Amino acid sequence: MNLETIKSEIEANVPGCRLLIVPNNSPSGQHSLLIDRETALTVARFLRDAAHLRFDYCSNVTGIDWPGKEITEKVKVKKTLDGVEQEVEEIQKTQSAGHLEAVYHLYSMEKKHGPVILRMRTEDRADRIHLPSLTPIWRSAEFQEREIFDLYGIVFDGHPDLRRLLMWDGFEDHPMRRDYVEPDDYEYEPTPHDAVLQRARQHLSEAGGR
Amino acid sequence: MSATTAATARFTLKPSTDGGEDQLLEVSMGPQHPSTHGVFRMDVALDGERVVKLKPVFGYLHRNHEKIAETETYLGSMPYTDRLDYLCSIANNWSYALAVEKLAGIQVPERAEYLRVITGELTRLQNHTSGIGFLLQDMGASGTPLMYAFREREKVLDLFESLTGSRMMCNYMRFGGCRVDMPAGWLQQAQKVVEAFPRFLDEFERLLSGNEILMARTQGVGVLSKELAVDAGITGPMLRGSGVNYDIRKVDKYGIYDRFAFRVPLGEHGDVYDRYMVRLLEMRESIKILRQAMQDIPPGPIMDAKTKIRGFRPKAGEAYGRTESPKGELGFYLISDGSPNPYRYRVRPPSLVNLTVLEDMCLGQNVADIVIILGSIDIVLGEVDR
Amino acid sequence: MDEKLKAELGKQGIFATTLQELYNWGRKNSLWPLNFGLACCAIEMIATTMARYDLARFGAEVFRPSPRQADLMIVAGTITKKMAPQVVRLYNQMAEPKYVISMGACAISGGPFKQGYNVLKGIDRYIPVDVYIPGCPPRPEALIDAFITLQKQIDEQPLTGAGRPRHLNADAPSEFVVPQFGAHDLEPPQNPGVWRPPLVNISPAGKNESGND
Repeated sequence: MNLETIKSEIEANVPGCRLLIVPNNSPSGQHSLLIDRETALTVARFLRDAAHLRFDYCSNVTGIDWPGKEITEKVKVKKTLDGVEQEVEEIQKTQSAGHLEAVYHLYSMEKKHGPVILRMRTEDRADRIHLPSLTPIWRSAEFQEREIFDLYGIVFDGHPDLRRLLMWDGFEDHPMRRDYVEPDDYEYEPTPHDAVLQRARQHLSEAGGR
Repeated sequence: MSATTAATARFTLKPSTDGGEDQLLEVSMGPQHPSTHGVFRMDVALDGERVVKLKPVFGYLHRNHEKIAETETYLGSMPYTDRLDYLCSIANNWSYALAVEKLAGIQVPERAEYLRVITGELTRLQNHTSGIGFLLQDMGASGTPLMYAFREREKVLDLFESLTGSRMMCNYMRFGGCRVDMPAGWLQQAQKVVEAFPRFLDEFERLLSGNEILMARTQGVGVLSKELAVDAGITGPMLRGSGVNYDIRKVDKYGIYDRFAFRVPLGEHGDVYDRYMVRLLEMRESIKILRQAMQDIPPGPIMDAKTKIRGFRPKAGEAYGRTESPKGELGFYLISDGSPNPYRYRVRPPSLVNLTVLEDMCLGQNVADIVIILGSIDIVLGEVDR
Repeated sequence: MDEKLKAELGKQGIFATTLQELYNWGRKNSLWPLNFGLACCAIEMIATTMARYDLARFGAEVFRPSPRQADLMIVAGTITKKMAPQVVRLYNQMAEPKYVISMGACAISGGPFKQGYNVLKGIDRYIPVDVYIPGCPPRPEALIDAFITLQKQIDEQPLTGAGRPRHLNADAPSEFVVPQFGAHDLEPPQNPGVWRPPLVNISPAGKNESGND
């Protein structure tokens, strides 16, 4: 089933939804549909209940971290140099906020088709990290959303039991984020190589060498 | 076997409807418990023998497979997939190879597809036998069924060892094929094992399927309805035990599964007994597939000649590949940014998702049934926690 | 006692032994392992107890689910930081004399998963280990070998003096600190009373001057 048709059907049935097809250039050709946070639940319910779609099975829920990138732009600025107004090119560096993403892979057990891939994005990675939970639509997302909450820190509003899944309750970090720094326990590395060797060296230099 | 063997228990007071006070016993089963299949924990609240609440607790084997895979090359993650569901390493290899092949558009030569089917179905045989053995062990049939199951499992492991060099961690698939071809005489040996297998299944069935104790303890226990199974994303023998006809080998027809004639056994009641029967029948279907595959396997290369194994860099993009692993739908979701390492590497674990309904199945049952219901889900903690 | 004399007496139908020999003989031939598996290695541990490898031949078929009844802890698999306190607590609950086999790469050093944020790099950071078996997972034969090695170790222990086993030494601890869950890591991250990092030649500067780089 074509993603374009699904998109136009959702748009016809869910008023006010903002959808965007995220193209996928790899040979798999699995394009995905970016949905907005406000109408996500309605869109999901439509996908599950529409008689010819019947995406009754949410197979996989994935969290992804997209950290902010440094964007370098050349900007022309007017400056007064030596009393003469000149147009000077300056390089401006800005930091984009980045975002966290949750990806849902949907299949239909009844119609035996799929996948349709839904994506949702948070506004940033710091405090506006709320997404609507799709567990009320597909219960299979229950543990997987908890896992994402644990490892990425996305807060799923409407989740029935949002607790850490894998790490212990008092744990404070979100270890699957790309800027996570793991605890330093590289005291003893008998056969270090690559990344472990780097970390062992770092440990030794911090411990003052032995 | 007492459920509180290694558990901590405490009493809490629960207001009762008739004005008196009943005591609710809260038991923490696991993480060290003989029948939690590893390091799994359940927080159970009991009213007498009856389960009134059950919350699974995960993470005791969370060994960061996904995070480590982001720093490894694509090939470097292949041995790690062995250790996901450590009973069926080849099934995991297959799923991962399939995802990468989708991501990079790799074709697999025909002989390699046959080898994949043969090793994959052998994996299913040994997983289901040991799964049933463990289920019976949980039921208190201490020793005998598990010994029989492991006796057969060893025969399959011998085949794996002479093919791949390792009993358990086979690391057999590559992107675009398989690592090694069969050594001389392997096929005949495998045929012997496969031909002898139905006799073992007959023996197993005579011993178990009509056994009064087994029927009394499994029939009508841990019933899972069709609707709930679909809603909760249950896959594998558990889903089919509830009567939903969904086998990814038939639905996706990945590899060359469309060439083989086999049926998908379905349960009717969705109880523990049906799940047990589905596994037994699935083994018989696997034997059918194996017979066909071993007969038809063509000569030829086992690796796609165009695929680079070292320095492999797929184009930026993403792919989700899934297979019917013995436990259910095992999927890999890969995002490439064009570098040698995946940007995101996600495992869709069948065991974790299948545990979603554990509480629903256990509520109202006796505490001794929890271990049987858990045994019938057939979890492996390496995959639940990754 | 003189071995020749002992053999001679044996021919006469007189059995002579020392208390130490008898005591160690009894200890080494009835090791009851704790029924406790962590990960992949546990499957090989189960396979070892099954018909083909039959660990019962060495007096160790009785896997006890309760630590109170077990003598031997086979740490079979990856110890995660979430699991480590439980492992140490189980060890503390076992009665002396007690022994530990560290089975597989993960239990020794974290193995393939050592870079993981939730993986403990070796159980010997918290409890003393008697025998290490490498392998991922070690074959059942390797586990049997570890067993025999442990039995030899037990056999050679004197009952008195400096080399006496821990349970005959009132000063030696039999329980160890159970780590607590912290905000970022276990606290303490290791028990310095049990484990001190051995010296390894890694130059902090990053030059290739030692064999380990």
